[in-house]
Amino acid sequence: MSGGGADRQGWLRLAPGVTLAMSLTPIGAGLIGTILPAFGWMPAIGAVDPGLGAWVALLAQLELPGAVMLTVWTGLAGTGLSLALALGFVATSHHRPLFRRLTGWLAPVLSLPHAALAIGLAFMIAPSGWIARLLSPWATGWGVPPDLWTDRDPLGLGLILGLVLKETPYLLLAILAALSHLDPARDLAAARTLGYTPAKAWLKVVGPRLYPLLRLPLYAVLAYALSVVDMALILAPATPPPLSVLILRWFHDPDLALRLQAAAASCLQLGLVGAAILGWAAMETIVTRLARPWLTDGKRGRAGAAARRFLAALQVATLGLSAASIAALALWSVAGRWRFPDDLPAVLSMNAWAAQGRRLAEPAIATLALGLLATAIALALTIACLENEQRRGIRLGSRGLILLYLPLLAPQIAFLPGAQIVMIAAGIDGGALAVLWCHLLYVLPYVFLSLGDAYRRLDMRHVDAASSLGAGPWTILWRVKLPLLLGPLLAAGAVGFAVSVALYVPTVFAGGGRISTLAIEAVNAMAGADRRAIGVAASLQAFLPLVAYALAILVPAAIGRRRVGRAP
Amino acid sequence: MRPSIARLFALAVLAIAGDAHADSLPARFEDAAAAARGQTVYFNAWGGNERINAYIAWAGERVRALHGVRLRHVKLADTAEAVARVLAEKTAGRDDGGSVDLIWINGENFAAMKQAGLLAGPFVHLLPGFGMVDVETKPTTTVDFTIPVEGLEAPWGMAQLVFLHDRARVPKPPRRIADFPAWAAAHPGRFTYPAPPDFTGTTFLKQALHATIGDPSVLQRAPAPGEAATLSRPLWDFLEALHPYLWRAGRSFPLSDQHLRQLLDDGEIDIAFSFNPGEASSAIAAGLLPETVRTYVLDGGTIANTHFLAIPFNASAKAGAMVVADFLLSPEAQARKQDPRIWGDPTVLAMDKLPAAARALFDALPLGVATLTPAELGPALPEPHPAWMSEIESLWRQRYGT
Amino acid sequence: MSPGATGGRLDLDKVTLWIGPRQLFEPLTLSLAAGTIASIMGPSGSGKSALLAWIAGVPIPAFRATGRVVLDGRDVTDLAPENRRIGLVAQDDRLFRHLRVGENLEMALPAGEPVAKRHQLAEKSLTQLGLAGFQHRDVAGLSGGERARVSLLRAMLAEPLAVLLDEPFSKLDLPLRSQIRQGFLDYIRNRCVPALIATHDSADAQTAGGPVHILAGPPGILDGF
Repeated sequence: MSGGGADRQGWLRLAPGVTLAMSLTPIGAGLIGTILPAFGWMPAIGAVDPGLGAWVALLAQLELPGAVMLTVWTGLAGTGLSLALALGFVATSHHRPLFRRLTGWLAPVLSLPHAALAIGLAFMIAPSGWIARLLSPWATGWGVPPDLWTDRDPLGLGLILGLVLKETPYLLLAILAALSHLDPARDLAAARTLGYTPAKAWLKVVGPRLYPLLRLPLYAVLAYALSVVDMALILAPATPPPLSVLILRWFHDPDLALRLQAAAASCLQLGLVGAAILGWAAMETIVTRLARPWLTDGKRGRAGAAARRFLAALQVATLGLSAASIAALALWSVAGRWRFPDDLPAVLSMNAWAAQGRRLAEPAIATLALGLLATAIALALTIACLENEQRRGIRLGSRGLILLYLPLLAPQIAFLPGAQIVMIAAGIDGGALAVLWCHLLYVLPYVFLSLGDAYRRLDMRHVDAASSLGAGPWTILWRVKLPLLLGPLLAAGAVGFAVSVALYVPTVFAGGGRISTLAIEAVNAMAGADRRAIGVAASLQAFLPLVAYALAILVPAAIGRRRVGRAP
Repeated sequence: MRPSIARLFALAVLAIAGDAHADSLPARFEDAAAAARGQTVYFNAWGGNERINAYIAWAGERVRALHGVRLRHVKLADTAEAVARVLAEKTAGRDDGGSVDLIWINGENFAAMKQAGLLAGPFVHLLPGFGMVDVETKPTTTVDFTIPVEGLEAPWGMAQLVFLHDRARVPKPPRRIADFPAWAAAHPGRFTYPAPPDFTGTTFLKQALHATIGDPSVLQRAPAPGEAATLSRPLWDFLEALHPYLWRAGRSFPLSDQHLRQLLDDGEIDIAFSFNPGEASSAIAAGLLPETVRTYVLDGGTIANTHFLAIPFNASAKAGAMVVADFLLSPEAQARKQDPRIWGDPTVLAMDKLPAAARALFDALPLGVATLTPAELGPALPEPHPAWMSEIESLWRQRYGT
Repeated sequence: MSPGATGGRLDLDKVTLWIGPRQLFEPLTLSLAAGTIASIMGPSGSGKSALLAWIAGVPIPAFRATGRVVLDGRDVTDLAPENRRIGLVAQDDRLFRHLRVGENLEMALPAGEPVAKRHQLAEKSLTQLGLAGFQHRDVAGLSGGERARVSLLRAMLAEPLAVLLDEPFSKLDLPLRSQIRQGFLDYIRNRCVPALIATHDSADAQTAGGPVHILAGPPGILDGF
């Protein structure tokens, strides 16, 4: 190998370190920037006496117990229900044709931005919402909307539903990815010839081996559900709201002294997420121990067609409700007048699009540019890390994986305010660079997770063949590996792009509002409660990732057809 | 489209290069106008209303044509985000080259920024347009929620609490605070107010406080410790009587005035209110409310205030910000803002201080189908001291917020 | 539960497999009484493994099958594998890796017995095939011959009405092979169920003692290989 090649190899060796440093620096700095004020250190507002004042003030807040309880309840219930639904569906339907058909829809549904989804869902379930409109007055007798508490209900059921809509497809995709490591078909066949029904066979034979692979995605879901801001703003009750919303409110309170209390609450949020994950892990240990005799008790299960149909129907319903929520937004964006109880708008009008279209062009381009750049950088870093792994014959251990997952586990509201101060001090706030960095933080883990499996499963015979023909490692990367990986590369790119398009809180804190994206436009439009304006911004925001997914599917197919056409 | 991409990358380059030259407040407006040419002003303003966003976009085109200033609207979901940002910059030691040049602000946010020394100025006396402001009959243009403005924020528009009702459903709405419980009892679930700390929600509470407290003059000073709880007891009696008959039995509240308007449009409630006297007309024009909605005020007057424009202490483009603030005070900008087809926000200018041509701009404006004339608007009640607001908010949270 | 009480009759009626329009072998018809161990022989690629999987009801996506499977006079062709009660000892390792050897066997035992009894039954069956003390072994550490025996025990403990074995001895070293094969086949005979062994080794078929069926491709089709 030439000297230049060796240098480039050396550069490749740095890739994992650079990648991790890029994710961990803002989080570490951000946490410090949050913890110091929580213990009374914030010179800008004259707080220079370290102490527990902020904690005393926090604990004196009357909303706090209710907010914490609501947070824990909605977070655990949302995660638990999503997991049960995803596992239940896979266990009962894995052998049915519906399974394959439905799983094709997961990625597009998952790509829907959560704020847009929440807004659409809120309109579906409100007393004056689409469901009530479709049923009124013929079925309900309602001429005016009833005074029913179906949205922002005090139990947080709306938020839980929103979390389930968002997280079930994510967990299903995580399960599918994990299953591809397990090759479960043979084990399932073996269990079935022993007399086990498909569902029992799956639960007893595949489930125990699948769960360890599902752990990290599941913890990410748990952390997200416990600290979500944008969905909570739209779907959670307000008196009291979940802790994350309370923190945001205190951070934004004109009374600057509340900043310290907000920082303390951020630490509490962080502790809550940590405790929930530890608690969940403890439950795992207990359940694993208790379930051991159940695995071998010989009970084969009953036919259970009713349960299977019920779970499949629930799955179709959650995906359908997501689709309907987005359809409602799109419909509102072209609604002239749409009054209760009309099923559909009385008049259609393109006014909202005409009025906003031009103003949204710039945020749309910024969204596109940010998404593409962040995705491209994430792909480059991921390929560098994986290539380094492959050439040196090492693998990212589970500890490295946890580090990579850290941005998904740390509550945004706990470190972003602190990270903002650090970025200002570094002089990179409010610019495209800071926003790009923050986006990369979230895009990178998803891209890495999407691409890693395909890369590691690459058929090395092609590589060996090219190598025996005298091709160097870089030529092999460019001419053999990447073309073979075109499909997975585009799919990982689509995932990364969708993640970037959906980011709201990180964009606000890093961009100082100067860089406006469609996510910001959508949430701002929500503040105006003008459903047409919301519809325009949110459907545009939902549209971009769908295009990315469509491209990820169509491009490899088209290239494949061309290759087949050329074959002798 | 292409220039936008170029702009985005230019922004990235600027961010890397650290374009942070110190910018002090010009001593004369002429200096400001000269220095402003070529500057970019980041105007941090609530972005939840498409009509207002469109108006700000128009103002951007005008200041570019007139003064060569680039105006960029940084849309906020909450004004306090900008306050938080300036504070974060101060925390990080950035005393110039800040990211916020101009903020749309008033009340508590102004009080907090003023107290923390986060504002530049005084600069308002330097603005030529300030000479036409009606400081005599609109005292709120110089005293913001009892806090003296002292030239730190330029008046932009007037606000007064008005009530909205659907004439087709409620021909005779309650016209006194004392009448609301009885009306609500007769129409359960058809009235509500946004939960504090929403601005409009607390204004409703202040209006009720003003009506129920024995002597409203105590509201003009900060309450002594414990005084707010004692003196506000009639307010809580009033709310106890009202809440059982509110929308969702007073156990859930809308989030904002915009949400309140949406509930009125959806038919979930029959009476709403707004801080913008032109809201009903412009919302009808935009198709956001039924055409049968009308505006009314309470007997004895309603709370009124002014909203302002302020420049943070570390703004990068102070000269440009002054030029923009002055343009927004011009008769051209003020008349367009008052047009119910555009925004419907009442002017801060005094008609008798305007040249005839400028006055004609205002005379030509339609009132709007649902807007009250200045005479119909009735007396404007002053805002209480900000300390009352935080006391009342905290007492409210103790009772209803947990 | 006593050995030898479960037997029945396994009938295959004009069974054959197809890949697209290609028929893999001439239709196979056979009838096996309880206690008979028949053999199916054929070159690799003749479809032996797929045939056994199909008889057990396991999906074979690349193939299409015609013909009927009748067990004790009951046509089970359209039943799901869990409803057929046909045991399958596959050629590749299908022991459950998350369970220990004993647990793999206990999972196969019918439900209803108390835990202690299940342990005991699993332990006893291990002893029968020379695997005493293997109960707590990890399946990953087993040799090929040990795996084959555990797989057979697991299939038999589920009390099948018939059992199918796919190349059960192919992974055994020659010196051990005849010894293990004998014990293996005796165990099946003692259970008194009809059994079908797919193999390419005529010694296997001879030891099995039952009828031998050779999967022959239709004239002119297999000649191409």
